[in-house]
Amino acid sequence: MELQHVNVKIFVEGDLSVDPEQFINIFHSWTAEQSCDELLIDVADYRHVPAGPGVVLVGLQADYAMDQAQSRWGLLYNRKAPTEGSNADRFLQAFRAAATACTRLESELPGLKFSRQEFQLFINDRALAPNIPETLASCQADIATFLQSLLGHGNATFAAEPDPRRRFGVLVQTGSNFDLAQFASTA
Amino acid sequence: MKASNGLWKDRLDSQLAAQLAEEIDTFETEIELRQQDKVDEKVFAETRLRRGTYGQRYDNGQRHDGSQSQTLAFEEKYTKGPHTVWDAPGMQRIKIPYGGVNAEQLEAMADLAEEYSDGIVHITTRQDFQLHFIHIEDTPALMRRLAAVGITTREACGNSVRNICGCPFAGVCPDEAFDVTPYAHALTHFLLGHPDAQNFGRKFKPSFSGCAQHACGLAGMHDMGLIAETRDVDGQQKRGFRLVVGGGLGAVPRQAKLFDEFLPPEELLPIAQAIARVFGRHGEKKMRSRARMKFLIEKWGMEKFTEEVRKERATLKEDPRWTDYLAHVDEGSESAKQPPGELPEDAGNDPRYTHWLRTNLREQRQAGYVTVTVALPLGDLTADQTRSLADIVRQFTNDTVRTTVEQNFVIRWVSKADIPALYAALDAAGLSQPGASNILDIVTCPGTDTCKLGISSSRGLTAELRNRLAEKSFQMDQAIQNLHIKVSGCFNSCGQHHVADIGFYGVSRTFQGFKVPHFQVVLGGQWEENGGSYGLPIVAIPSKRVPDALDRITEMYLARREKDERFVAFVKRVGKGPIREVLDDLTSNAPTPEQDPNFYSDWSDPRQYSLGDIGKGECAGEVVTQYEFEMAGAERMVFGAQLQLEGGNPAQAGKDAYEAMLRSAKALVQMQYDDVSNDPEEIVEEFKERFYDTEIFFDPFAGPKFADYFFAIHDRADTPATEDTAHHTIEEAQLFVEAVHSCYNRLRSEPAAT
Ligand code: SF4
Repeated sequence: MELQHVNVKIFVEGDLSVDPEQFINIFHSWTAEQSCDELLIDVADYRHVPAGPGVVLVGLQADYAMDQAQSRWGLLYNRKAPTEGSNADRFLQAFRAAATACTRLESELPGLKFSRQEFQLFINDRALAPNIPETLASCQADIATFLQSLLGHGNATFAAEPDPRRRFGVLVQTGSNFDLAQFASTA
Repeated sequence: MKASNGLWKDRLDSQLAAQLAEEIDTFETEIELRQQDKVDEKVFAETRLRRGTYGQRYDNGQRHDGSQSQTLAFEEKYTKGPHTVWDAPGMQRIKIPYGGVNAEQLEAMADLAEEYSDGIVHITTRQDFQLHFIHIEDTPALMRRLAAVGITTREACGNSVRNICGCPFAGVCPDEAFDVTPYAHALTHFLLGHPDAQNFGRKFKPSFSGCAQHACGLAGMHDMGLIAETRDVDGQQKRGFRLVVGGGLGAVPRQAKLFDEFLPPEELLPIAQAIARVFGRHGEKKMRSRARMKFLIEKWGMEKFTEEVRKERATLKEDPRWTDYLAHVDEGSESAKQPPGELPEDAGNDPRYTHWLRTNLREQRQAGYVTVTVALPLGDLTADQTRSLADIVRQFTNDTVRTTVEQNFVIRWVSKADIPALYAALDAAGLSQPGASNILDIVTCPGTDTCKLGISSSRGLTAELRNRLAEKSFQMDQAIQNLHIKVSGCFNSCGQHHVADIGFYGVSRTFQGFKVPHFQVVLGGQWEENGGSYGLPIVAIPSKRVPDALDRITEMYLARREKDERFVAFVKRVGKGPIREVLDDLTSNAPTPEQDPNFYSDWSDPRQYSLGDIGKGECAGEVVTQYEFEMAGAERMVFGAQLQLEGGNPAQAGKDAYEAMLRSAKALVQMQYDDVSNDPEEIVEEFKERFYDTEIFFDPFAGPKFADYFFAIHDRADTPATEDTAHHTIEEAQLFVEAVHSCYNRLRSEPAAT
């Protein structure tokens, strides 16, 4: 099963301690500088919608968002363009992009901190990855390979999204801290 | 763009209605042909528009970052239309006839919003859905998934019959003459793809209302507005429609005019067909800005239009579809899932809940049932909320819900006994916002967020006003709570600002050499009676000061209103002059960019404000002082014209509006030719030669439209204006003044602020 359109959401640690309006300013400056790997197009403000996409930096190949889905703030990387390689490679690409954005945000917004132990990984495509047990079964090994390369050990746990109407994905808990900054710098 | 696009075709084709499947296959082929450059870009643009696939801001590959225009590095390949980059994301409009949707369709919308868009389902002011940031190559898969749940995007945009609007309370409203749903349904299916409705110069918008007094269907501002009525004919109650035609908002709003006082249902479809044929044959085709039906009616007059349509009707070949559906109209479009009930007495004393009970519920004409309005901020809801709404609709109703022209949902047939449980379910989904249809429930178009024509951030302003109003909504006087606010990002009026109590539309002004986003304040409009009267702009306020302007207007209304006086009556009695006076100081005393850079950016957008995203700048000479002086004078004169009209002097109003146009044209001419005199002929001639013939004045999107208004008014300058023509002249003069500002802005280089 080839999985494309990988999404990674790295949660904010604790409550959000900065004014979300600042994400608008930062995302606009990233767009002006074109400072991500993807072509950046615009910033969409959805702060008015409860538990919504928050502030979205819309790109061509991927979107970045400070997302508030399910009432949890986090940096969401949404890969839109297909990428080469194995499923584990694609998980890694998405995680690196998300980690890079997180470290940049942390450095630009003192007080903002992202979790080093918990993130979500999901596939934004119901045709490629319907949220059924068979999907999990078929890509469990790919997820394990990805986590091994991320953490250097196999102690992480992951639980599949239980609601079959929501997209297929897993909530990953790593047990020990991963080094977000070091990870990002290898991007 | 999506790796799965091909999979959806394999998976769904056998489930789709044959015609829908074929239409989508054809569209997919057209996309491929365009990629091979075998279809002209203009033809392709109209083709995709007719499938609801629309352009979006920055799709010309340019974006102003606050200090300069940036070229977005899209891969250079074929285009989607003139100046439209292939890979640039666009908008997909999804038409929802009379706003009727079911739970399965909501679930499909939720999935599509997540997978192809940015996770938001948006409801428009014509009851459609819209998804933004869509890639053109994903649209066939998206359309197949919609078709699988019975939705077509065919003719959602382009020069076609657009979504047929209808009262969301149809069938359950105590005030309606009868349920218009089956008629709206029949007309939708009759006109969809009808060969007589394919040759328009512009769009054709129909709408149904169940009564004359409410605004739910806004029939009076449509090309074809149908208002249900019953009459006693020979001792029998008969149904019919008051048919009005040629209405529309846009830059030049027109109230629809009476075509037939009581059109029998058997004539509904054939008359619609005849109107479509007459409009298709005789409507303007070359000049887009004069191509709506309202202009054909203006040119011909109602008498000739009616005569031509009647003649056309007489030639039509009988079609069984005209009347087949009538045998079923009484079968009832929807029914209740739960038995009728009463609201439990121990409703609790949560003030938010009681507020919601007061503002979001309406009694149905069927005892024991209510409708519940789900008020959406800015017409947006998330994919998760959309799925929750689907669950709620399944649990409490027979699987139906409707969108509204106020960008909300209405859940119908809710047993009163279920109200507390329904509220709890909505609340859990973040959908229990009180204040439906009142001051908090502000209607807004997309504006500069996504629209290519946006001048100011209508959504940004709306979000800001909502935040401020929400804070004080509990203490607000009922008279203030009852106000309707509507915001458009430009004069095109997609936010329907003309029919609000207080409307705003985006314009720009220059202070100290820098552009500043502004909103015109529009007063005198009426939401009731199907958008019974249209307001006029009284003054342009800097965007960041609009909340203060709103406070001042509402405070003045509270302080000076007479008992139970409605806002529209208050404006009429007090007059626009005194209202403008309380706002006047907001238009001057601008801080410098160093003192307050915020003043020079728009809501929710930190970039230094510019018009760079809607037009290209180039350098010209500096005549700022003289220009600003002249333009301030021209704006004063347009406002003076309004006061003349209010004072019952339309002839003078028309004259003043014309003078304002002359003065602003002169201001522009003076940029190149200082010695131009005050002779109107000379001003017009110089303006024509320097700005019209050279196309310098042409709006990037509207072309010569605004100059044409000027020339037309100049040609009839000697004819005294009537009340009707003075109103139009004032509107056109205001637009011309705005166009002069835009032209001036384009001609000036844009200095950078701090
Ligand atoms: S009113 Fe103007 S800005 Fe708003 S959607 Fe319409 S054209 Fe765009």
